[in-house]
Amino acid sequence: MRWGEIIKRLVLIPPTLAGVGVIVFVLLRIVPGDPIAMMIPPGASAADIDRLRALYGLDRSIPEQFVSWFGHVLSGDFGRSISLRQSVSELILARLPATLELALVATLIAIALGLAVALTGVYFRGRRLEWAVDGGIGVFLAIPDFLWALILLLSFGVLIPLLPTSGRIDPQIDVSFRTNFYLFESLLRGRIDVVGALLSHMLLPAIALALPFAALIARLLKASLSEAEDQDYAQIARARGFARPAILLREVFPNALIPTIALGGVQITLLLGGTVLVERIFSYEGIGNMAIDAVINRDFPLIQGLILTFAVLFIALNLAVDVVVTLLDPRLRHG
Amino acid sequence: MVDVAASVALQQPSRWAMGFRRGGARLWVGGAIVAVLILVALLAPWIAPHDPIEQDLLSGQLPPAWMHGGDTAYLLGTDSLGRDVLSRLIYAARVAVVVGFVAALLAGAIGITLGLIAGSFGGWIDQATSRLIDVWMAFPPILLSIVLAAVIGAGLTSVILAIVVVDWTRFARIIRAETAVQLQRDYAMAARVIGLNRGQTLRLEILPNLVPLVVTLLAVEMGVAILVEVILSFVGISVAGDTPTWGGMIAEGRQIIYQSPWVMAFAIGCVIVSVVGFNLLGDGLRTALDPVQRR
Amino acid sequence: MTAVLSIQDLHVTIGRGARAANVLRGVSLEVQPGEVRGLVGESGAGKSMLGRAVLGLLPADAWIGKGGIAFAGRDFLTLPERERRDLLGRQIALIPQDPMTSLNPVKRVGDQIARVLQRHLALSRRQALQRATELLAEVAIRDPQRVLGLYPYEISGGMRQRVLIAMAFGCDPSLIIADEPTTALDVTVQRQVLQLIERLRERRGAAILFVTHDLGVVAKICRTMTVMHAGRVLEDGETADVLTRPRHAYTRALLAATPRADRPADALRPVPPALIESLWSEAHRLDRLSIVGRT
Repeated sequence: MRWGEIIKRLVLIPPTLAGVGVIVFVLLRIVPGDPIAMMIPPGASAADIDRLRALYGLDRSIPEQFVSWFGHVLSGDFGRSISLRQSVSELILARLPATLELALVATLIAIALGLAVALTGVYFRGRRLEWAVDGGIGVFLAIPDFLWALILLLSFGVLIPLLPTSGRIDPQIDVSFRTNFYLFESLLRGRIDVVGALLSHMLLPAIALALPFAALIARLLKASLSEAEDQDYAQIARARGFARPAILLREVFPNALIPTIALGGVQITLLLGGTVLVERIFSYEGIGNMAIDAVINRDFPLIQGLILTFAVLFIALNLAVDVVVTLLDPRLRHG
Repeated sequence: MVDVAASVALQQPSRWAMGFRRGGARLWVGGAIVAVLILVALLAPWIAPHDPIEQDLLSGQLPPAWMHGGDTAYLLGTDSLGRDVLSRLIYAARVAVVVGFVAALLAGAIGITLGLIAGSFGGWIDQATSRLIDVWMAFPPILLSIVLAAVIGAGLTSVILAIVVVDWTRFARIIRAETAVQLQRDYAMAARVIGLNRGQTLRLEILPNLVPLVVTLLAVEMGVAILVEVILSFVGISVAGDTPTWGGMIAEGRQIIYQSPWVMAFAIGCVIVSVVGFNLLGDGLRTALDPVQRR
Repeated sequence: MTAVLSIQDLHVTIGRGARAANVLRGVSLEVQPGEVRGLVGESGAGKSMLGRAVLGLLPADAWIGKGGIAFAGRDFLTLPERERRDLLGRQIALIPQDPMTSLNPVKRVGDQIARVLQRHLALSRRQALQRATELLAEVAIRDPQRVLGLYPYEISGGMRQRVLIAMAFGCDPSLIIADEPTTALDVTVQRQVLQLIERLRERRGAAILFVTHDLGVVAKICRTMTVMHAGRVLEDGETADVLTRPRHAYTRALLAATPRADRPADALRPVPPALIESLWSEAHRLDRLSIVGRT
């Protein structure tokens, strides 16, 4: 990925987001199901219903609605949530930090696990332990995050109750956060007790999200490491008196890292998409959990806002991965 | 070295036989799991010990037979309404198999067609398809399926539709890239030189080479489709009513997770075994069918 | 005087059981301090495998069935791993065949040279980089400071080979194994590289085992030479003697197949296939004998 390619990608972002917007908007409106019907008290008059419709702009034609909505979106206004009766932007901004913190912790766990497993597997190349590692990676890749969430809930929430299984923090802890980045804020403030409470709530959902991603990192990295170790420069390092662990870490790893990030980095989006169900299962108050409520309540403005938020995050992550790969690979950096 | 090579060439078995030996344990284990799953789905009325929707409120939340308080009439226990867990698991396999096969084949048909067209024609058609795929890739897939299933309404068709609409890109992306690569190869060039037109080249030279890839993608997609159905059932917008599904059982089991965790555990077990089975089958097929053994 | 390198009756086999293939069939060879010995033979003769065996770079499925390798009188094969690693790179160095793949693509040239020096000479990083600059100047690289900061892809193949030569001579080893160091280079660059190796050897006085298939190169820089075929030594002696009065039929055939300035090109004769065949069948007869002898 050279810089020129990255600029081309940048240019494609606005049309892609517009496409996402159009599809969600049309999808939600060509189908039966009336959001107003869900919020009116029984016995409301036809005139009341019409007034509500007009209030949310649902009385106009679909193209009209779209132009009006998209115009507002461009100026940062995602409209008002029908079910929560608040500004969609405010709702999302309040919940997004929780999801981002969870995804970050999960990604860190996945990277640590994936690195450890890949290095172990390569170190024992050609021996029985390698087969065991490969088999384990296969199983962990096949089972998706939400099944891990349920398994962890069952194991460490019910059978051996070690960790909290719902929410983001214990209700009795009140530290009156100034931002919604609870974890970062308490880290900065040095409140280790709060950090511990936050992490203990985050641990099960984060592990559930991390396991399939860790397996993916392990598989990609292990393949790249094996390939790089067979290259002349790594073989020759042995003839220069370097020990195998040193060669793996200092000669082979830097080379294997680039293809691993290029292929695996994109999959962080899968982890992020997985938060929808994992947050639901652990009643974690992030945007994923909110999205399911929004669907159940047919809260069109909120669904639209949330899907656009996910789309922006996905595209930003893809771009970030390309930039990182370009920065890491000296052959591309000056290309 | 020379003599070794010669002796290998002499007793080379057919490509397919070699392939299936190469596929190894993964192919056989995966194939066996999938075969059992299909059999259970087909034979559900004969092998299920109870009617899956028959309620027995007097014997609700019974533990499995081997646990204290279990009843041998209900081998894997009962749920909160006193329905037999084993029979529900068996009947739920039907939904899984139908969704897995129909959704995967439909998504495959659409994705492969679009991928082939984009990959072989290039130009603006390719550009348009690629941009469409870009847009799709920007959606969180699970959320999109949930939204789709929710707006279309409950039912088997809606679940299948939700899966197809979301997952056709998995096929389109890979087939498009592979077709473009294959068309650059020497034999495709040669086909044009001897006067085959684009359609003939595609049919005679490219498609046969895509078969291993397509078969593998389909096997994996069947596992994915089963998972999506489970997700939709779990969220409560899958097949309506009494029809037992693994996802529905997981959702119900979650409500009584502290009283009778086995309901959820057994359903999760079924999903995991099926999905691992389809993945193993896909992996095994890839190794078995690949004409050039890749890493 | 103790030989720097002494190889006694070395047998190396790749693979085991029915797929086993012998690559070295009892090779004996000595290199004296300061000696430059050419090791010639066609591809598959086992000459590179011999170099690899000395450096501990045999493929994973290769094993030494019999024989010994001694370095300066110390048995190399029974030496503890740690002591062997201290010798490799320090006392025994390698000039590899392919400069394009022998440098780490993501590390700067300076880092790669400095790492070897730090490993064996107990230098600080600054001292190592200082010494790397001197080494690069010694292999006639202009502006060594700048080259230290470059990545391998930014310099030419000839320059890379100079860097690799600098790395080999860096710790003043007593033995250098040069594995076809000029094969991958342009003819014009080949001469410069040969002169460079020759000059460094004169100044620093290392013994060189020069693996090559090029008799012209041997004639130019090797005082002694060894001819190998099918994993066996066929002839061994002073280069001048072997080239003017070859004793073995294979050496004569090789000479007749080598272009020379004092001979018209149409006088070239390929090595007769019958000779090659008889040499191989002799090698295979030896294999059978050694199997009988072992059991």
